[in-house]
Amino acid sequence: MMRALMQPHRIVMLAVAIGLVLWIVFGGNWSWLPKYAPMIVQGVWRTIWLLALSILIGFALAVPLGLAQASGPRVLALPARAFCTVIRGTPLLLQIWLLYYGLGSLFPGIPWIRESDLWPILRQAWPYALLALSLSYAGYEGEVMRGAFASVPRGQIEAARAMGMPRWKIFSRISLPLALQSVLPTLGGEAVLQLKATPLVATITVIEIYAVSSRVRQDTLITYEPLFLVAAIYLVLAALIVLAFRKMEGRQPRRTA
Amino acid sequence: MDSTLGLLALSPPGWGGTLLIGLWASIQIAVGAFGLGLLIGLGGAYGKIYGGPVLRDCLGVYTTVVRALPELILILLLYFGLTDMVNKLMLALGYGRIQISGVVAGVLVLGVVQGAYATEILRGAILAVPPGQIEAARAMGMPAGKIARRITIPTMLGLALPGLSNLWLIATKDTALLAIVGFNELTLATRQAAGTTKAFFTFFIAAGVIYLAISLLSTWGFARLEAWARRGDPPRVAGAR
Repeated sequence: MMRALMQPHRIVMLAVAIGLVLWIVFGGNWSWLPKYAPMIVQGVWRTIWLLALSILIGFALAVPLGLAQASGPRVLALPARAFCTVIRGTPLLLQIWLLYYGLGSLFPGIPWIRESDLWPILRQAWPYALLALSLSYAGYEGEVMRGAFASVPRGQIEAARAMGMPRWKIFSRISLPLALQSVLPTLGGEAVLQLKATPLVATITVIEIYAVSSRVRQDTLITYEPLFLVAAIYLVLAALIVLAFRKMEGRQPRRTA
Repeated sequence: MDSTLGLLALSPPGWGGTLLIGLWASIQIAVGAFGLGLLIGLGGAYGKIYGGPVLRDCLGVYTTVVRALPELILILLLYFGLTDMVNKLMLALGYGRIQISGVVAGVLVLGVVQGAYATEILRGAILAVPPGQIEAARAMGMPAGKIARRITIPTMLGLALPGLSNLWLIATKDTALLAIVGFNELTLATRQAAGTTKAFFTFFIAAGVIYLAISLLSTWGFARLEAWARRGDPPRVAGAR
């Protein structure tokens, strides 16, 4: 590691990088930072839970979507495939706006929704953001899981059937673990992609970390410093995701023979 | 829904014309950015494989940073940064400020983003070309440019096309992000039409259908292109993947 860094050009590049960071930190205008610090913390927190929840919900939807496409009857496979194609074929920004403006303009006209207890929640923006992000993740991951379920060796399933395992048990004990094992590295990459998609919800007034930077820009006319800070935060979050998935992959039982 | 379908008519009071103008802008940017990305990617891939240590490390930093940051933030940083730099340059040279046209800025910004992904795709494809082929060409005394044109690029094209097809789809969808910097492409035109007429579902679904048609058409086109690029490949053995 140190040896690789000790080449002359790498030392120069490292010095340039450190110089750049120092220049941004000391040469930039950070006077806005104390005032917006609580907002930034809240923004990071919101980004993290939007990401975590949308991945959980999206993945819970992706498993049946993948299973339906890989081994379901046509009645289920066709709609699942159509869903994945539509989600993957249209921009996420458009999906977010369709749900937020479309549903948001439809709901107030429906009396039983207006009078229900959920209305105070549905009036806010984040349920639409979460729904759009979850559906998008489900669409992309449904395709990934289709491949994963299709690549589970037939012999494994036939063996389980021969042992008299019921269908549900075959799924939970054989298909799902094998499929998960084969897609775990892909899922890590997709989680980073999902992180990179979260700033789009700022356009529907969800104040996550990116929205804080554009708020600072609007209030103070300082453009670059908030963007650099947010970029650094995204880099750290992406690195954390990569590390977490590497750890999960390390915990997987691996065949040794 | 029936009553709002009339709003999609091409001439005012219908908004169809506005959407089509937005679509044209989106297509221009997607094609331009994809083309620029391919050029950067080809240069970057050759640089990563055949370049010296300094060039290789610089390209490594470029591809890593661009692929780790959200596109939206890159677009904003590049958009503000580029326009600022050009204007400072113009002022320093004694000219007035200029307004960079949205299409040019969009192509430049998205092209830089696409270039990072294209570099990695093309690098992988070039590395998969059997080295013997390139060595043979070199032994025949072919100059480097001719080797690239006659040997490396035709051989790697079939391997690179699936990745490039994905990249093109990303390019078409990423043009929607330019709506956030206020560039009037399909998504922003749609929002304006929807906001004015309050027919949100009609317009957003119409735009969705357009994007979907583009992506289905291009998937088909790229599959044809791949079949063409692989025309010289040995026939695949049945059962092998």
